[in-house]
Amino acid sequence: MKSKIPQLLAFLSGLVILVAAFIPHTPFGMFEETLTNWFMIISSFAILLGQSSLIQSNVAKITQKAPNWKYHIATLVSFGVMLIFGLLWGMENTPGILGQGEKLAESLGSKPFDYLFEYAFMPLSSTMFSLLAFYIASAAYRAFIMRTFESNLLLITAVIVMLGRTSFATILTSWIPDSLHFLRLPELTDFIMQYPNTAAQRAILISAALGVVGASLRIILGIERSYLGGEK
Amino acid sequence: MSEDINLTKTLRERRIIFLLLVLAVAIPIIFPFSLKTHSTPLTEKAFNLIESTPAGSPVIISFDYDPSTVTELQPMAIAIIEHAWRKNHRIIAMAMWPQGSQMADMAFSEVQKKFGEEKVYGVDYVNLGYKPGGMVIIQTMGRNLKTVFPKDTAMNDYDSIPLLKNIKTIKDIKYVVSLSAGDPGLRDWIMTANGKFGIPVAGGTTAVSAPGFLPYVNDQNQLSGLLGGLKAAAEYELLLGYEGTASRGMNPQSIAHLLILALIVAGNIRVWRNRRKEKMAKEVNNG
Repeated sequence: MKSKIPQLLAFLSGLVILVAAFIPHTPFGMFEETLTNWFMIISSFAILLGQSSLIQSNVAKITQKAPNWKYHIATLVSFGVMLIFGLLWGMENTPGILGQGEKLAESLGSKPFDYLFEYAFMPLSSTMFSLLAFYIASAAYRAFIMRTFESNLLLITAVIVMLGRTSFATILTSWIPDSLHFLRLPELTDFIMQYPNTAAQRAILISAALGVVGASLRIILGIERSYLGGEK
Repeated sequence: MSEDINLTKTLRERRIIFLLLVLAVAIPIIFPFSLKTHSTPLTEKAFNLIESTPAGSPVIISFDYDPSTVTELQPMAIAIIEHAWRKNHRIIAMAMWPQGSQMADMAFSEVQKKFGEEKVYGVDYVNLGYKPGGMVIIQTMGRNLKTVFPKDTAMNDYDSIPLLKNIKTIKDIKYVVSLSAGDPGLRDWIMTANGKFGIPVAGGTTAVSAPGFLPYVNDQNQLSGLLGGLKAAAEYELLLGYEGTASRGMNPQSIAHLLILALIVAGNIRVWRNRRKEKMAKEVNNG
């Protein structure tokens, strides 16, 4: 019973959405509207769930003195500070419990939440993403090695595309006569991206779409039950 | 012993690579130079979509990214807002990523510096903020926009905002531009706003995810233009006739790309030399 009711709900919801796509009229259209509204409400609760999960997992690591537990304190403090500032004075145009916090905004140049967002969160996030460049540079030196026919093909393509995406591409190959313009790096790059790349991407997309259809049918028909937890 | 030597060598090489990369990025920023870029058809297609839309049209710019990808996507946002405002389009900003709403505010403040008091909040642009749900919220916007966004980020009621007065559903929108760093994002807009409601959709993504969207740029115009990475943002600035952060950012990026190419060559030479050494050692051992 515990698993049958959720399975029945999944079956009915899936069926209604599926039928409504083809017959968007009453009663299916109405059911679809209700279900999508419910989805938006549930999605909002998921944010709350994420926050509670963040607090729980970090508190657990601190109390258990897990390795690097001090970093988890930093996470919780940062979370708390942003939450409190956001609740008290809001952000940008949104007012908080204490209003717009004009005096604070005057001295800081912006609201406390926005100040931290712009001068702490943004640079930190960008820095984390930028670290990828160092890994790519290191990997270029170590992993991009000519070994087999396939790796050579990949290497040559990567070099053309990478160079073609820089401002140097035009300068380097502008001497090529107009009759052989397709050999200029930007045009060669566009060709690689437009034809071989797009063909491969289409194949991946179609395969993924078929996979999604299969997985969805398995859930609707109750064959796939792992989302209920505990069962395969 | 030999493992220790190899590890030390690897660490030393890695530090040199990292240092070179820092220099490759820092030097063009400290000593800027001018490298000409050219516009590509994908960028021109997105540009033409905005260019050909009549003045006064309501449009949506969806900020589906967060600060981690701000370097690539924020210059696009600024260029697109500037273009839309030059054409007197009325911009509805929204976000499917939690921090997208702040990204929108920052982009508007930046462009506002050029337009001054000419563009008024609520009349020429509005920020409806973040809403979770991905594709489902776009579907719901197809039935009723107010249901999804009853208030804007300044807590003004939907009905009190002049820009939104005659906009009931997403079908009243002339085009959508999604600046997207992942999921939910551009793919949801293509599948729902274009696929279901037939609204022209253009997109901006990070360079790394742009190839995945190329199949949508086709004869059916599922995607009416695609900006991929900083280069496309620089191309857009070029089409608008100004040099912004993307154009300036292209110099360090181009030098860093050249460095990576040089590292690929150096790495291959290193492996080739090692193989040659091993081969020679084998020949000596075999006598």
